[in-house]
Amino acid sequence: MRYVLAVLVEDKPGVLVRVAGLFARRGYNIESLAVGKTVEPMVSRMTIEVEADEKILEQIIKQLYKLVNVLKVSNLTEEPSVDRELVLIKVSADVSNRAEIQQIVETFRAKIVDVALNSIVVEVTGNQEKLEAIIMLLSQYTILEVVRTGKIAILRGSKAIK
Amino acid sequence: MKMSGIQMVVESLRNELVDTIFCSPGGTPGDMVSYLSESDIRLVMYCHEQGASHAADGYARSTGKPGVVFCTSGLGLTSLVTGIATAYADSVPMVVFAGRGMSASSVYDAEVDMDISSITLPSTKHSIVVRSILDLPRSIREAFHLATTGRSGPVVLDLAFNAQTDTGIYRYPKNIDIRGYNPVYNSHQGQVSKAAKVLAKAKKPLIYAGGGIIYSGAHEELRQLAEKFNIPVTTTLMGLSGFPTEHPLALGMLGMHGTYWANMAVNEADVIIAAGARFDDRVTGRKSDFATKATIIHIDIDPAEIGKNICVDIPIVGDVKQVLLQLLQKTGPQDTQSWLSQINAWRSSAPMRYFQDPEGQICPQFVIEQIYEQTKGTALITTEVGQHQMWTAQFYKFNKYRSFMSSGGLGTMGYGFPASLGVQLGCPDDVVFCIAGDGSFQMNIRELATAVRYNLPVKVAVINNQHLGLVRQWQEMFFQSRYSSVVLQSAPDFVKLAEAYGALGLRAETPSEVIPVLQKALSAPGPVVIDFRVKAEENVLPMVPPNCSISEMVMTVE
Repeated sequence: MRYVLAVLVEDKPGVLVRVAGLFARRGYNIESLAVGKTVEPMVSRMTIEVEADEKILEQIIKQLYKLVNVLKVSNLTEEPSVDRELVLIKVSADVSNRAEIQQIVETFRAKIVDVALNSIVVEVTGNQEKLEAIIMLLSQYTILEVVRTGKIAILRGSKAIK
Repeated sequence: MKMSGIQMVVESLRNELVDTIFCSPGGTPGDMVSYLSESDIRLVMYCHEQGASHAADGYARSTGKPGVVFCTSGLGLTSLVTGIATAYADSVPMVVFAGRGMSASSVYDAEVDMDISSITLPSTKHSIVVRSILDLPRSIREAFHLATTGRSGPVVLDLAFNAQTDTGIYRYPKNIDIRGYNPVYNSHQGQVSKAAKVLAKAKKPLIYAGGGIIYSGAHEELRQLAEKFNIPVTTTLMGLSGFPTEHPLALGMLGMHGTYWANMAVNEADVIIAAGARFDDRVTGRKSDFATKATIIHIDIDPAEIGKNICVDIPIVGDVKQVLLQLLQKTGPQDTQSWLSQINAWRSSAPMRYFQDPEGQICPQFVIEQIYEQTKGTALITTEVGQHQMWTAQFYKFNKYRSFMSSGGLGTMGYGFPASLGVQLGCPDDVVFCIAGDGSFQMNIRELATAVRYNLPVKVAVINNQHLGLVRQWQEMFFQSRYSSVVLQSAPDFVKLAEAYGALGLRAETPSEVIPVLQKALSAPGPVVIDFRVKAEENVLPMVPPNCSISEMVMTVE
């Protein structure tokens, strides 16, 4: 099963390598990883998506806690949460198909953030299904490049991870 | 008070009550080392960084205090990796100070510069790069705190050059709070009560004790618990000397080269208390067959050990000493007499034995038993890794707390001899024996120079079978005796070699020479190397072949 973990870590050099090293060393594969600052100074939040069974997930959480720079690990899969990912897609486009692509973009409430003579860049935010769907639809044109932020997630309601 | 980084390090070591530093200096922290030589802290220099780290490890295991190592960064630290990894695998408290030559980071790839934090990442409890003198005192306090609390382990301090040479105000924090580090000492009372309830109903209880007993100082509580409720105790390799081998309730070691009766007891027990042990594969054999009839209570200070190798029924996260004390207050099994008789029946059906022909070659087991006899069991023992290590575990009687130092988790050949020098420094009044193989002794044999330099009267018993014996045994048993890379015919003359270093070299070639040679070694004031020429093809038995159930022991090799 795929799990989403919110990991609060100290914002110090070398912390990412410790977390990534732990996953690599024990053979757990990271599906996606996103890191950014939080409202608290010197504390960053990682959202890690990992494919694992329950027993391995338990080990991952315990091993993460063994890292001195890891402050808190929360399993967001267990509770109602909102998750999002942002993707930028560069599609080969010219006068002949630009309008068609624009229609797809509007349907997905995505945005065109760059237009050039032979290409456009589409920005789309959403959950995994939505992103896969638009990438699939745009692939009937030539996709030149795709870049994704990795998933971020937050709990619904007033409960906060601190 | 204003002082330089180097002075701060020395002052902090005083605050941490460090009395000995194990070092192999380079350019840096060379000036630190010369400053230290004027302080009251003893500086012991080794030939090679690996030797210094194993010595610090031996010092830590025998005294319970953290071992402190000084080395230069880069090449110095890369030589130290084996020692750090050895300590990590066996949860030994150690603090390594590595001094950088130039910059705070490896941006310039300067001489002797290396990203040691990354190199040691998987084998340290934590590492701290100290980039500024402002962080120095706190970082040192953190390193000692991390190394010695919770599940202990090695911590590396990587000191940037300017952090050593700048001056600043020194204030050493007494107490320290590390937000992401909160080891659980006090266990969940509900879990302890649950364990006690299960234990009270047990008919065939068994305690399986690991190295955690020694690190938490729980040997007394373990003995009391065993005696109060008549529960037999088996120990892991790391648990040896945590429970007296000669105690009537002691079953010896379990697992691959454990005793038949200990393994049978694991197999048949209805309740097992795993105390500070981690269900390593050398202990469990085939995991699916391990202790299938037992309700398993697992006590460990490291939550990540719970459920890692074996699914347990009642996990208790906490300090094993505290938990055993709490179990002592509760009710235990009522009557274990028939269980103990059953175990004794197994014991007499397959006792540990070897046959020493008085006219034949020396049996290695005989040498080990005689070391025990001649020192009346008072010696502190280190071993290298191999057959001699297993025979020591099987035939030496560890009745004294913290008297066995050996690399278990990593299995580092080359550990025992330098470790014995650290043990001797930590325990100057004790007789220290290093039981070594002819293969493993050669791995750090150069530290004979250190033994002579500091006149450390360590006795090295080389169990010389002219082979890498354990590998040879596996090739014999599992690869139809197709021997490859295990014969050591080109080994040096250990007697001459000892003499070349300025130590005493002795040799025993027949069984009748064993006792006189040991007596001579014991009466010698300095370091001694004894070359025991033993039977080459003796095997360590019984043995659980790899991936077999521990009930499928091989008792003899035809």
